[in-house]
Amino acid sequence: MKIQQLSIFAENKPGHIAAPCRLLAEQGVDIRALALADTQKFGILRLIVSDATKATRVLEAAGHVVKTTEVIAIAVPDQPGGLAQVLATLGGTSVSIEYMYAFPFGRDGKAVLIFRFDDPDAAIKALQSKGVPVLAGDLILKG
Amino acid sequence: MTPGDPKPVFHPASAPDFVPLPLLRKLQLDRLRAIVSHAYERVELFGQRLEDRNLAPARIQSLDDVSRLPFTTKADLRDTYPFGLFASPLKDVVRVHASSGTTGKPIVVAYTKADVDVWTSVMVRSFAACGLHEGDIIQNAYGYGLFTGGLGMHYGGEGIGATVIPISGGNTDRQIMVLKDFGVTAICCTPTYFLHLVDRAAQLGVDMRTLPLRVGVFGAEPWTQSMRRHIENATDIQAFDIYGLSEIIGPGVAVECPQHEGLHIFEDHFYPEVVDPETGRVLPDGQEGELVLTTLSKWAMPMIRYRTRDITAILPGACPCGRTLRRMRRIGRRSDDMLIVRGVNVYPSQIEAVLLEVEGTLPHYQLILTREHGLDQLEAQVEVTPQVFSDRVGVLEALSEKLVDTIERVVGIRIKVTLVEPQTIQRSEGKAKRVIDKRGQS
Repeated sequence: MKIQQLSIFAENKPGHIAAPCRLLAEQGVDIRALALADTQKFGILRLIVSDATKATRVLEAAGHVVKTTEVIAIAVPDQPGGLAQVLATLGGTSVSIEYMYAFPFGRDGKAVLIFRFDDPDAAIKALQSKGVPVLAGDLILKG
Repeated sequence: MTPGDPKPVFHPASAPDFVPLPLLRKLQLDRLRAIVSHAYERVELFGQRLEDRNLAPARIQSLDDVSRLPFTTKADLRDTYPFGLFASPLKDVVRVHASSGTTGKPIVVAYTKADVDVWTSVMVRSFAACGLHEGDIIQNAYGYGLFTGGLGMHYGGEGIGATVIPISGGNTDRQIMVLKDFGVTAICCTPTYFLHLVDRAAQLGVDMRTLPLRVGVFGAEPWTQSMRRHIENATDIQAFDIYGLSEIIGPGVAVECPQHEGLHIFEDHFYPEVVDPETGRVLPDGQEGELVLTTLSKWAMPMIRYRTRDITAILPGACPCGRTLRRMRRIGRRSDDMLIVRGVNVYPSQIEAVLLEVEGTLPHYQLILTREHGLDQLEAQVEVTPQVFSDRVGVLEALSEKLVDTIERVVGIRIKVTLVEPQTIQRSEGKAKRVIDKRGQS
């Protein structure tokens, strides 16, 4: 259910995103989803990759600080109100979303969103009890 | 005598500056013997150190015997924080000041009424040497408060009979308004702050050369001959270097005369030596080394052979101005790693202590000093470690804010903190170069 997301610190300067991406490409690691959080001073590159263990090893060997966090993929109907409905089901629970981003490849008329919850296990439970399907990690990683 | 009188005039307050040398040396010896006895009897640390050397104050027979006395260092002030080096009961202490130490705690200094009078007298003599007199209007832009700069200058200005504007530091536009509207003839501040005022005045369309301002008394940080030329060309004022430090008394330890060939030390109150910073051996006049000062007439907190960490040399020969007081070359650098940023003493160890406290482990860091619009800027570049890194923006932003706030609490100034990628700070032999001072380049 839970998917490993890698985050790396990147200074807000030209070329600082390209280097880690090139590194992964050289090692045959596929980037499945990517989001960049940027502030005036720095950025955080968040990645979902085909092989998190290998990617971590490669990035750390190159001197990057890598943080692994667990995120959840949820499929929402690819139509107006699809996301709002999912968010509404979380409304009555105590789980909170730290951040989220869209997964580029939708499937079967659904859009896939990546959620970073403060407590992923509680979030999965809450979502399932409301009948919101949480996608298996394999579906995302293998494509 | 009128305000704006350009000619330096002999001021009666300057009389002690011209005392014949034999008389000055005798005065120094008498005062030295009295102050060593006082320190020996009243301050445990000094008493202990003299006893350890089997050195009774009575054995101080000549000024050369000063070199037999033990040194005092900033660490001694830190270790005896807050009042451990006071030589007078608190009821006789009329004032305390404090300046930042090498770690979190400040160092505290004390004055009796007589000490404040001595301080005022050396500041009056300093202003007199800079050509100030009754009728001058002095804008005192040194910070008022625990820092000695503000009140030291203030008492000196009132003492010489000038009108003192206690504007304190900051609020540049207001400084320029007052400078213009009050007919200010002299200004006291750090040289870098004055450069900032000059730039800002130009932006506001105020030409400093058209103002009555004729004298600047600049200190609290090292500055250079090229800064003097820049200041004097841009403003048509005469810029004087003044030297002092809280541990000794504050500003007024030494000052330039209109010859601008070194700073005359007020030797009748502060006995100077220059020593080899490594061995502590006393060096002859003319040789460069660390300035060591002994206070000859400070009762609340005498300092015996205080290691200033400032590198200078005593200039041989007499000054054409006629003062018999020896001169020291202007301070260009220090023997320790202390930085002076906008007049505030900053030690890399203070910043290191904050990083360790806030982050739990010590990250690689580098301090970068620059000068923007004449104002010192200090930036700490801190490598992100796995321990503090987070996938959430807010966590990292909170971290850098906490670093800025804690550094401000410890050091007293707000600096810029930038998080940088790991392995980006240059290391030589495994150790990062801690300080990069780019101020000379701008």
